[in-house]
Amino acid sequence: MKKIYLYARFQRFWHWTQFLIISVLLLTGLEVHGLYNLMGYENAFRIHNISGWGLLGLIFIAFFWYITTGDFRQYLTEGNLVEKIWMQVRYYMIGIFKHEPHPFKKNEISRLNPLQRITYLMLTLVGLPSQIIFGFIYFYFNELVALGMNPAWMEPIALIHTLLAYLLIAFVIMHVYMTTTGHTLTSNIKAMITGWEEVDE
Amino acid sequence: MKKLLLTGILLSGLLFPLSEPLSAEPFHHKVDSLLISTTDHKKFKILQQDFKSGPEVTKACLTCHTEASKQLHRTRHWTWDVPMKKGDRLGKKNVVNNFCISVEGNEPRCTSCHIGYNWKDKNFNFKSEENVDCLACHDMTGTYKKLPAGAGHPAYQTTVFEKKTFPKVDLSFVAQRVGHPDRHNCGICHFEGGGADAVKHGDLDNSLLKPDRELDVHMAIGKKELNMTCADCHKTEGHQVPGSRYTPEAHDTHGFDYPLADNNPATCSSCHGLKPHKKLKKLNDHVARVACQTCHIPFIAKERPTKMWWDWSKAGKFDKNGKEITIKDSSGCILYVSKKGEFRWAKNVAPEYSWFNGEMNYTTFKTIIDDRKVVSVNHPDGAANDPLSRIWPFKVHRGMQPYDPVLKRFVKPIVYGPKGSGAYWSDFNWDKSIRKGMENAGLEYSGKYAFVETEMYWPISHMVSPKEKSLSCRECHSRSGRLQNLSGFYLMGRDTNPFVEYFGLLAISGSLIGVIIHSIIRYFTVKKLKKAGGK
Repeated sequence: MKKIYLYARFQRFWHWTQFLIISVLLLTGLEVHGLYNLMGYENAFRIHNISGWGLLGLIFIAFFWYITTGDFRQYLTEGNLVEKIWMQVRYYMIGIFKHEPHPFKKNEISRLNPLQRITYLMLTLVGLPSQIIFGFIYFYFNELVALGMNPAWMEPIALIHTLLAYLLIAFVIMHVYMTTTGHTLTSNIKAMITGWEEVDE
Repeated sequence: MKKLLLTGILLSGLLFPLSEPLSAEPFHHKVDSLLISTTDHKKFKILQQDFKSGPEVTKACLTCHTEASKQLHRTRHWTWDVPMKKGDRLGKKNVVNNFCISVEGNEPRCTSCHIGYNWKDKNFNFKSEENVDCLACHDMTGTYKKLPAGAGHPAYQTTVFEKKTFPKVDLSFVAQRVGHPDRHNCGICHFEGGGADAVKHGDLDNSLLKPDRELDVHMAIGKKELNMTCADCHKTEGHQVPGSRYTPEAHDTHGFDYPLADNNPATCSSCHGLKPHKKLKKLNDHVARVACQTCHIPFIAKERPTKMWWDWSKAGKFDKNGKEITIKDSSGCILYVSKKGEFRWAKNVAPEYSWFNGEMNYTTFKTIIDDRKVVSVNHPDGAANDPLSRIWPFKVHRGMQPYDPVLKRFVKPIVYGPKGSGAYWSDFNWDKSIRKGMENAGLEYSGKYAFVETEMYWPISHMVSPKEKSLSCRECHSRSGRLQNLSGFYLMGRDTNPFVEYFGLLAISGSLIGVIIHSIIRYFTVKKLKKAGGK
């Protein structure tokens, strides 16, 4: 067993800030959706809108960081992606129960397995941006209708925004569970806090 | 850095009180009478005579205000007649209502609220200049009162009507003390529409004579209050009072009336503009689809109960001795009276909401009605997909009223009149009173009558609450809020799509269950492996 430095300070900051903002967005968003009364509609509405701007800003900063540092390469894969993903999926379905070793070793050059790479890439490039875009269309609905958007789009836009939020919750559940599949139950989370992760030699 | 932060906090603390709303300056500044008018009517010789009747006073007025009656002749206050787009005629004179049903046939009683004298029957001369009543609106003494059944005349002799005494009016005294109409003048008819205080509108009653700011933030009287009167919004030129219920404006797209005015100064936007919310700007997103009144008049009939139900079919019951019955509740509201039937009242209630684009659909006495369901005497036109429509609050007055079940039309009973005239309130015979009424109006009557349930929509615009008392978001943005009956649009917090909700639930619960099953298997297989490994 050895310790390697996997997550730079910015990455940890980005991850946890994003976690915080998304949690607030989900909490306030579902309240505005009418599922419960926690902080009151007015507050939920206001905090949700501010957090939306926060998430947008954070994503821009993250994009800037990944592009300028070149770290975005961590999310790219080469070779037969399907086969690699299948290896990872097979590990979670079967191998993990037989105490088999992880199919892909973590190191400073490659800290993400192919399944993580594709999932996080999709989340950052497609999932969150579309959720943000639909959110902002909703926020600027009046202005967009004034510019000629069909007012009947209100409902589909709201529904997609809601659906994506539910899917995001499902993702968070699985994501948190996956963190327990490291060297020890908490080694992944510790790494995301300190930057250092214990891995098998 | 810390210093900068501290200065910032201190600065914002200093600025905070400045962003608080300024206290309302009185809308009417106190000035001496000389600065209000160049005329003292007490000094006119012609007004110092001993007037015998109202028309005599009017004649005197017309000697100086030569064109006044001609102006009045062009107002709805005079004609009670408003042409409709489709060619039908509206106005008090023509419409059906579900209170006293119809003016025609009952003129001497109804026209106690007409700005004229002598409208006794359908032969009234609408060209008469001397029959215009100047004093009803311009009396500043509060002593000029029209008799309830005097065809517009005040009490020239002390008169007792329905146990109320109307003292002889001193016309000369009144004529010398005229001025711009204030809330008493408008209120005497508009606060007591339907026969008594608060009956008709739901947002207009005598509590507006001396309201506090909770009741009406504009009309509130007292120090630092706005003290606005009716005419401050219903800004009148040439006697043409704007803001009529017959030609409503549901969506003012013009905004501020200063410096350039549109033709209706009575809308909220005329003073508040189209982006009225300065602090919470996002609230302005509502302006295009929600009338100001909807959020800012959260309750109607705030202080005095307004009539919500009038069942004419129950009228005509008497006690054992054959005497008329009157039943009142503990607060003094009449629940039953032999002449009129059964009433229900409500105080401080939420209005009902409907899309409204400013067009009211009226059922006239000529309209064929569908008696299998509740008949709308009038119904606001509008829909969610109509960009001119906004969500408006209404008082909906419901009741049962007579109609002709063969011809499927409303009927005009004569209710007011002496014994033997056929008037229902004297003779208690529906068939006779309807027959007389229809004959008088020149309308067909099959000879059969029945009662049908009706509803009537009264748009709400008065009794605006202070902003901190306006509706909170949740009142509408919730599953069973105030707008739950309005359809055709998506309302955040109210509406859900079953597919989205179930799919979301499935995704979330699926991943939760998957994770739990996975962790259980992991737990047991790892335990087994450890045992096998002998560790």
